[in-house]
Amino acid sequence: MIANGKEMKIGAGTTLQEFLVSSGYDLCKVAVELNGMISPRKTFNDVVLKNTDSLEIVSFVGGG
Amino acid sequence: MAVKVGIAGLGGLGSNIAVMLVRSGFNNLVLVDFDTVAESNLNRQIYFRKHLGIKKTEACSEILKMIDPKIQPVTSDIRLTEQNVPEIFKGCAIICEALDSPEAKAMLVNTVLTEMPGTYVVSGSGIAGWGCPNNIITKHSFKKLYVCGDGTSDTGDMHAPRVIVCAGHQANLILRLVYGMEDEKIER
Repeated sequence: MIANGKEMKIGAGTTLQEFLVSSGYDLCKVAVELNGMISPRKTFNDVVLKNTDSLEIVSFVGGG
Repeated sequence: MAVKVGIAGLGGLGSNIAVMLVRSGFNNLVLVDFDTVAESNLNRQIYFRKHLGIKKTEACSEILKMIDPKIQPVTSDIRLTEQNVPEIFKGCAIICEALDSPEAKAMLVNTVLTEMPGTYVVSGSGIAGWGCPNNIITKHSFKKLYVCGDGTSDTGDMHAPRVIVCAGHQANLILRLVYGMEDEKIER
């Protein structure tokens, strides 16, 4: 799998939510694009990642 | 210019972006903020002392009209939620994310990209402090999402120079999208 441009192996059955949490992301502060499509937040727990997936994660910081 | 642009948040980023867009000929703007002008805003936002205590939507519209008297911005003095975003920004080709909290930023970006296909989001993230402004960049993160900022700076106060550098990135990107200098051109 490629996450933010970096190649990595993903364990079979890992959900998008498990991956994000174990990578240290705060689910309330991110937006995720999976294979060029936005991943709605309510689907994070249902999406099972594959080693062919391409993932882009944006984690927002405060200040406006 | 007919293209409709929404600005979510009229603080350091949003108020400066609004001014730059009006100076660039944009006259179809939707301005959203639930806040009033406070003393602590004057170090980086477009407001003046006489605006203290006034709604930011009102103060911002007044300043924009001083630049272009013909402009009639649509304003909403409301807190944005997943439920009201699609209605408030209906018809916008581009929405500027200029909110304060990371949770609100993520909510807006997720809602627009999920519920309003075709709409671009130009977000600001990472503007605090007085670190090197060369770290502030425009990144094409997703198909319909651009993120301007250094991506990390959220500690310390916010000061005009870096905030305005980021606002400039966001406003410039909107010009690039409208004038067809990015991958896809937006209908003017």
